[in-house]
Amino acid sequence: MALSQSEVLAGLAEIVNDETGIATEAVQLDKSFTDDLDIDSISMMTIVVNAEDKFGVKIPDEEVKNLITVGDAVNFITAAQG
Amino acid sequence: MSHKIVVTGVGATTPLGGDVQSTWRALLAGESGISTIEADWVSGYELPVTFAGQAKVAASEVLTPQEAKRLDPSSQFALIAAREAWADAGSPEVEPERLAVEYATGIGGVWTLLDAFETLKERGPRRVLPMTIPMLMPNGPAAAIGMDIAARGGVRTAVSACASSTEAIANAITRLQSGEIDVVVAGGCESGIHPLPIAAFAAMHALSRNNENPAGASRPYDTARDGFVMGEGAGAMVLETEEHALARGAKIYAELVGGSVTSDAHHITAPDPEGTGAARAVLAALKQANARIEDVVHINAHATSTPVGDIAEYTALRRVFGEHLDKIAVSATKSSTGHLLGGAGAIEAIFTVLALRERTAPPTINLEHQDPAILLDVVVSPRKLPDGPILAISNSFGFGGHNAVVAFRSYN
Repeated sequence: MALSQSEVLAGLAEIVNDETGIATEAVQLDKSFTDDLDIDSISMMTIVVNAEDKFGVKIPDEEVKNLITVGDAVNFITAAQG
Repeated sequence: MSHKIVVTGVGATTPLGGDVQSTWRALLAGESGISTIEADWVSGYELPVTFAGQAKVAASEVLTPQEAKRLDPSSQFALIAAREAWADAGSPEVEPERLAVEYATGIGGVWTLLDAFETLKERGPRRVLPMTIPMLMPNGPAAAIGMDIAARGGVRTAVSACASSTEAIANAITRLQSGEIDVVVAGGCESGIHPLPIAAFAAMHALSRNNENPAGASRPYDTARDGFVMGEGAGAMVLETEEHALARGAKIYAELVGGSVTSDAHHITAPDPEGTGAARAVLAALKQANARIEDVVHINAHATSTPVGDIAEYTALRRVFGEHLDKIAVSATKSSTGHLLGGAGAIEAIFTVLALRERTAPPTINLEHQDPAILLDVVVSPRKLPDGPILAISNSFGFGGHNAVVAFRSYN
């Protein structure tokens, strides 16, 4: 069964926390991965691959550059679960 | 002008302890850091050797999970040792462009490399972590330290098997002497207690197979020695021009007075039985120190506990020192720590520095029946070293015919 947007956000926040140590509460929909959360490209790719595993979705490499904010990623994952 | 070089900080994580003080105390107490490996892979691979000198304090207990995640275990040990050394030196204020790192490993990120290959085979290329290359590269530990302390005067990695970290310390000398650099963090690390290196070292019959008695397996100079015991961990020292250290009122452990590197060009693994290359390295270090052979009161020997290696080193020492060798207190501390490969020279240089500072040579354990072919005055319980200016050397030799020697003098 597909997860809701808030469930995806919570799951993604755990992945971000595990990779970077950033508090899960700080991972909010309007936050930019690079500008607000200071996540580099290497951590971003690790987060993407872990998100694919966790949510059972495929996030193509060419799509990753469009995931500017946490909300972008949550929306993509929520839709991809479809 | 040539600047004097002093040691102002030391750090280590070893099979005997998670820092220098606990390691040194355990060493003086004659403890062994060697034990049976409690991991499933030991029986899973039916390894012929089931013990090693495992780090007394796991790196995961010291670093944050995020730091550990981006570092191979060898770099984790390196960072722990370097941070201790840096803090011990009083976290010196130094221009980043005049701060350098000379930090070694013997093998590099073997855990990262082999784990990533398993991931590739089982889960495909997309699951191979993007940090894999920076984690496995042998300059990874040096780079991690350099970033941590903001060293912009050059970060270099000596790789010469078991001579690596002594070579790294020796490599610091010219940079400091010339005055282009004020401070260097030098040393080395290793994390090779992994089934593949164990299988491979065992295949060349380099490792002790005394599985029934791990604590007694590393026994340099003993007639029953049957190979070395792998260890893991790291050592680091802060080296500084005397001028820079005095100006900031730093405590000074000892003076680094010589460091040299030679090569045998004899055999890829076997030591030159005549010890010629090793002897040249010792002599070159003493010449650089402007010392006489009679000044040397203590040697921290390479002494890995292999049948041929211990004799070859003895032969080299006898060539250099002649009858004076009988008056030198020789310690083989791998008897307690095992052989840290790329980290061995670093922790042994620290032991040498502490021996000078505390005027105490550390013991060699497990020596029950000294090989009659090795006529050394081996220290078996902590021994007082003479007062006054004294000099000590630390030897390291590596597969490939690498010989590296560093010499330290007591400071005041």
